Amino acid sequence: MKRSHWSIPYVVFMAIFVVLPLVLVMVYAFQDGTGHFTLANITRFFTDADALTTFAVSLEIAIENTLICILLGYPAAWILANKDLNRSAITIILFIMPMWINALMRTLATAEIFNMLGIRLGKGTLLFGMVYDYLPFMIYPIYNVLAKMDKSYQEAAQDLGATPWKVFWKVTVPLSMPGVWSGVLMVFMPTVSTFAISEFLTNNKIKLFGTIIQENINSSMWNYGAALAFFMLIIIGITTLFTGDQKEAEEALI
Amino acid sequence: MASEEHIIDLKHVSKRFGDKTVLDDINLYIRKGEFVTLLGPSGCGKTTTLRLIGGFLAPDEGEILLDGKDISSIPPYKRPFNTVFQRYALFPHLDVYENIAFGLKLQKVPEDEIERRVKRVLKLVSMSDYEDRDVDSLSGGQQQRVAIARALVNQPKILLLDEPLAALDLKMRQDMQIELKEMHKKLGITFIYVTHDQEEALTLSDTIVVMNEGKIQQIGTPIDIYNEPVNCFVADFIGESNILKGKMLRDRRVAFIKHEFDCVDEGFGEMTPVDVVVRPEDIYFTTDPAKCQFKATVNSCTFKGVHYEMWVDTDTGYELMIQDYDPYPVGAEVMLYIDPDDIQVMRKERTRNVMDGKMVDETHVEMIGGVFECLPQEGIAPGDDVRVTVRFEKVDLEDHQEEGVVAGEVHFLLYKGDHYHLTILTEDGYHVWVDTNDIWDKGDLVGITIAPEDLLIEKKNEA
Repeated sequence: MKRSHWSIPYVVFMAIFVVLPLVLVMVYAFQDGTGHFTLANITRFFTDADALTTFAVSLEIAIENTLICILLGYPAAWILANKDLNRSAITIILFIMPMWINALMRTLATAEIFNMLGIRLGKGTLLFGMVYDYLPFMIYPIYNVLAKMDKSYQEAAQDLGATPWKVFWKVTVPLSMPGVWSGVLMVFMPTVSTFAISEFLTNNKIKLFGTIIQENINSSMWNYGAALAFFMLIIIGITTLFTGDQKEAEEALI
Repeated sequence: MASEEHIIDLKHVSKRFGDKTVLDDINLYIRKGEFVTLLGPSGCGKTTTLRLIGGFLAPDEGEILLDGKDISSIPPYKRPFNTVFQRYALFPHLDVYENIAFGLKLQKVPEDEIERRVKRVLKLVSMSDYEDRDVDSLSGGQQQRVAIARALVNQPKILLLDEPLAALDLKMRQDMQIELKEMHKKLGITFIYVTHDQEEALTLSDTIVVMNEGKIQQIGTPIDIYNEPVNCFVADFIGESNILKGKMLRDRRVAFIKHEFDCVDEGFGEMTPVDVVVRPEDIYFTTDPAKCQFKATVNSCTFKGVHYEMWVDTDTGYELMIQDYDPYPVGAEVMLYIDPDDIQVMRKERTRNVMDGKMVDETHVEMIGGVFECLPQEGIAPGDDVRVTVRFEKVDLEDHQEEGVVAGEVHFLLYKGDHYHLTILTEDGYHVWVDTNDIWDKGDLVGITIAPEDLLIEKKNEA
């Protein structure tokens, strides 16, 4: 048996569970309820004020969440990667540990805490929950890049007259961008499609794009739901184009 | 070109990493305009010294002076030095021009002047037209040139070079050596260069500082260091050499390999044990019996390009290395002589092992991290501090560490014509010196034993 044959089970798995669903989404998106080709689902989206608003809100929340994650995650990753400030692996595990607990459970618990404290659920609590859920996904790739970065770059910059502040902005930050980009990929894309967090943390006051897809599919509107999912895929596709050098971003995760 | 004025002074500088002393009381001055090379094997402290000067490390003791002023507390970015790093450390997110302009932009030099200076320095390193190239697309040699340009464009008072040629292949390295030397001449600034390559050091330097185990072994011009090494380490590290046990009979007369020779050294006293260094190219063949000082048989002969390298067995049972342009066949009986000028006599650093110890009971002494059996000692009570002396050839080495009283590692070895002289570093950090006929390699793990009758024990004076 040739070495390449070993990959057959994986190829079959991918075909059934990744490629086929994507094809189905495409097919359903361009069909009406009776199985005939139509563009109606697409045009309906552009005339559906409700869907368009939700779409805009989702994008806005996803962008805000990503930015907050970068602002909080970068300094955290920098501290974790700095051997003078962090001498043990325990602090790294503390940051990663929330990922071991089911996101739904954490979200439910967060909602309960807000209720207990009498904080009104809304956009603020939604963002809090999102950041809480996705922050580790931002910290980890940035930490990875920073920890592996050759110290001699920083030394060379110092040697050329850069103060520690300048070293950080002119060398450390630009060289760690692949980590930031892969963090963006891992935070932005899932936030666009999330629906459980908004359901629990806003009591469905704020609907996200993922929510209306779920609502449509739950009420058996398969074709329109598929069309909406198709738009979401396009958004995700565009994000990956923006995140620059794919290879570098992927390397940041290893 | 080097003036007498000191630009850098290191005074009693020590540096420890944890409990390991990497620099031990270093005293060194560097003259303005000089090309100084710090030379030594890996782990000798040369790079640490350079990093202390560059400001990337702070000394634990002592001070570093620039033009007579202490700079120990000045951070690297304020020191008027620039460094060429071992792996260049060119910024991968910037192109060649931006890499070189990095330092000038930080100093807020006007844009047109930056451009002028970058172009000039690129010309100096023969890299004009490469301004817009990505640094990753350059070869090792080209990256090296950019790294040098990036340092020089800031017009530093001192250029620090940390094994800059180590990653290049031989031919390229030789070309770059010549270019570096020319740049040094042209620019007139001080170069401090770190390398483990003795040939590179001899080629480039005005002054060589030979280092080993955190200590300076010798400072001198390349010719001094080569011709008059002060100890076995330097003689062995720089070039090829025959290092032999000898005895200074009187001024200008030395005995080694069981023959007597005239030499030029004086002031050692009479009948003093010494080490003798004879370079392999300084032993001459002759056909004139009147000139012949000793006879030998050729044992092996290897062609080395310019010369032949021969090992001969002398009539007194020593092995010597000889380099000559003419080969002699294996088995040939040859007559040899050495010029008095070419015999370098060195004071012996030690003639036997002297160790501090403590009596455990009547027949056991504790020293160098182990308890050794000894003959019953009279007049020394258990608990007394003693001094133990052991001759080099009386220390026995075992193949397995657990078979010895003390475990150690072969740290340094010298062939002395008819035996090996080894330095053993014990697990507790003590040095033990051993003369042996067995062949060991550097890094071999050994156990140390000493026969009870070979321990010479004296009680230490109470004072």
